[in-house]
Amino acid sequence: MALQDVCGFLETLDDISPCTYLPNEMGYMWRTPFEFDRDSAFHFLFPPQQCSRKNRAPTLFSSTFSSLSPHQQPFQLSHGTTTLGFIFQDGVIAAADTRASCKGLICCPISQKIMPIHSHLVVNTSGSGADCMLWERILTREMRLYQLRHRKRLSINGAAKLLSTMLHPFKGTNVCVAATLCGWDGEETQDTLQSCMEIADVKEAVEQDSNVSAISDVSAQGGVKMASINEQDEISKDTQALNPTVSNQNTKNVLSTFGGRSGPRVCYVCSDGLQLKGEIISVGSGSPYAYAVLDDGWRWGMTVDEAVALAREAVFRATHWDAYSGNNVDLFHITAHGWRRRDREDLKEEYYREREREKKKIKEREKERQKREGDELVEGEGDIYSVHCG
Amino acid sequence: MEYLIGIQGPDFVLVAADNVAASSIIQMKHDYDKMFKLSDKILLLCVGEAGDTVQFAEYIQKNVQLYKMRNGYELSPAAAANFTRKNLADYLRSRTPYHVNLLLAGYDETDGPGLYYMDYLSALAKAPFAAHGYGLNKRFIMNLPSFTVRLIDKDGIHDMEKLPVGPK
Repeated sequence: MALQDVCGFLETLDDISPCTYLPNEMGYMWRTPFEFDRDSAFHFLFPPQQCSRKNRAPTLFSSTFSSLSPHQQPFQLSHGTTTLGFIFQDGVIAAADTRASCKGLICCPISQKIMPIHSHLVVNTSGSGADCMLWERILTREMRLYQLRHRKRLSINGAAKLLSTMLHPFKGTNVCVAATLCGWDGEETQDTLQSCMEIADVKEAVEQDSNVSAISDVSAQGGVKMASINEQDEISKDTQALNPTVSNQNTKNVLSTFGGRSGPRVCYVCSDGLQLKGEIISVGSGSPYAYAVLDDGWRWGMTVDEAVALAREAVFRATHWDAYSGNNVDLFHITAHGWRRRDREDLKEEYYREREREKKKIKEREKERQKREGDELVEGEGDIYSVHCG
Repeated sequence: MEYLIGIQGPDFVLVAADNVAASSIIQMKHDYDKMFKLSDKILLLCVGEAGDTVQFAEYIQKNVQLYKMRNGYELSPAAAANFTRKNLADYLRSRTPYHVNLLLAGYDETDGPGLYYMDYLSALAKAPFAAHGYGLNKRFIMNLPSFTVRLIDKDGIHDMEKLPVGPK
C-alpha cells in the first residue's frame, strides 16, 4: 500500500463501492471523511456513527443507526501492563513487561510491547492489543511515507502530533491506544550530540528564556545566545547535577528551545486525545508503582548502567505489586546511533535472587544480634530493664 | 481538577493556570502549559476533556493566524472571542462536541484590555474577573502544586514567575 501511494497508482472505482456483504443501505453509510483527498493520511473508512458532520437529510436508516450505542463488546477488555520511558543525558530508555492479560487470564506471557518504528524510534504500547498493533503499523507507514516524500525523518514530536490527529476521529469509540514514543531526534552525527550536551550546561540562558512549549515562536535568538559555553557553567552543572530541580531546568531548556533539533525525546499519545512531552512517562495499571521508583532514582546525569538498572527495578517492582503485569522485562536503549535491545529477562529469576538476598540479610542480622547479646552477658553490666533492638 | 483565573486591570489582564496534566488519578506532568498564544496580545486558556482541549485550542490558534496571513492584520480580542464561541456552538450540536472551558484574554489598541469567559455550552461573557474550577488551597481535597502566570498589556504578553503554592 505504501508503494502504491508513492507511485501514484490509480485506484479503481471498486475501492469506493459500497461493501457487498452488507445490505445496501448500511453499505452506503461507510464513507471516507475527506472524499476527494485520497492522498491524505486520514484516508480511512469511518464507521457509520462517526460520519461527517455535514447536514445530511436523515434517512430512516441513518437516524436509527446513529442512535445505536457503540458496538457491544463480546467480552470486557482489560488494560493491564507496565510500560515506561525516560530520557537522560545519554539517550532514552524504554522498558515494558511482557504479560498480555484478558481479565483474569494471562493470554500471552511473552508478548512484545515495545516495537521499533525506525532506527531511532521505538513505541511502547498499552491498551487494547489489537488496536495497538494496528496503529503501530499505521504510524510506521506514515513515517516512512514522510521520510520518502520529504527526505528527512519526522521528529518525535511531529510523529506524536500525527498519531494524535489520526486517533482523534475515533475518540468516543472503544479504540484504546496509549503509546509512548521514545526516540532520538535529529541527525546522528557526533557534532549534534556534542552541541546537545553543551547546551544543557549553560545555566544562565535558562533563567532568561521562557520555557513555554505552547508559545509557538521558539526564539531563534535564544538558541544562538546559548551556543556560547561558559566553563564556569560546566563546573556548576556538575555540582548541580545532583540537584533535581536545576537539572529539570536544564532538560526543559534542551527540550523546549531546541525545537526541531537533536536530542532524546519521550512523548505520550493516548486515544482519548491526551498528548504529553516529558522526561519520565509510565503507562498502565502498574504505572503508579513504576513512577514511585522512577521519581526517586531519576537524575539527568545518570550513566547508562544506572539508567538500565533503574528501569529494570521500576518494572520489577510494578510487576511484583500489580497482578496484570509480570513475566519478563524488555529493555531498549536509544541513542544518537539508534536503538539497542537488551536481552529479555525473566523477572522470576530476579524475584528469587532478591529472596535469597533477603534471607542472607536476615541470617546476618541474627548473627549480629546474638554476638551482641553474647558480649553483653560477658560484660555483666546488662540492665535487665533495657530493651535490646535486634 | 483544573483551574484557570483571569483578572482585568485598567491597562492589563493578568491570567493564571495550573500546571497539572493528569490521567485519571496520576499527575503525568507538573509543568504543563494550558495557555495558547493566539496572537501577540491574545491568550487562550483552555481546560476540559483530555484531547479536546489541545485539538480545539490549536484549531482556533491556527485559524486566527490564518486570518492574519490572509488579511494582513490581526483579529481583535473581541473578534477572536466571538469566533471561538461560534465554533464551539457549531460543534455543540454535532456528533463531536468539544467539552472545553475557556478564558480568552487580550489587549486591544482601541478598546483596551479584555477578558472573556466561555464555557463548554458556548456561553460567552465579557467580565472584569473570571475563573474555572476550584482554586481553594486550604480546603480542597486535592492540591494543585504550581501555576503559570502571565500578564498582557500594550507591550504584549509577559511571563510572570511561576507560583508554587503549598506548604513551605
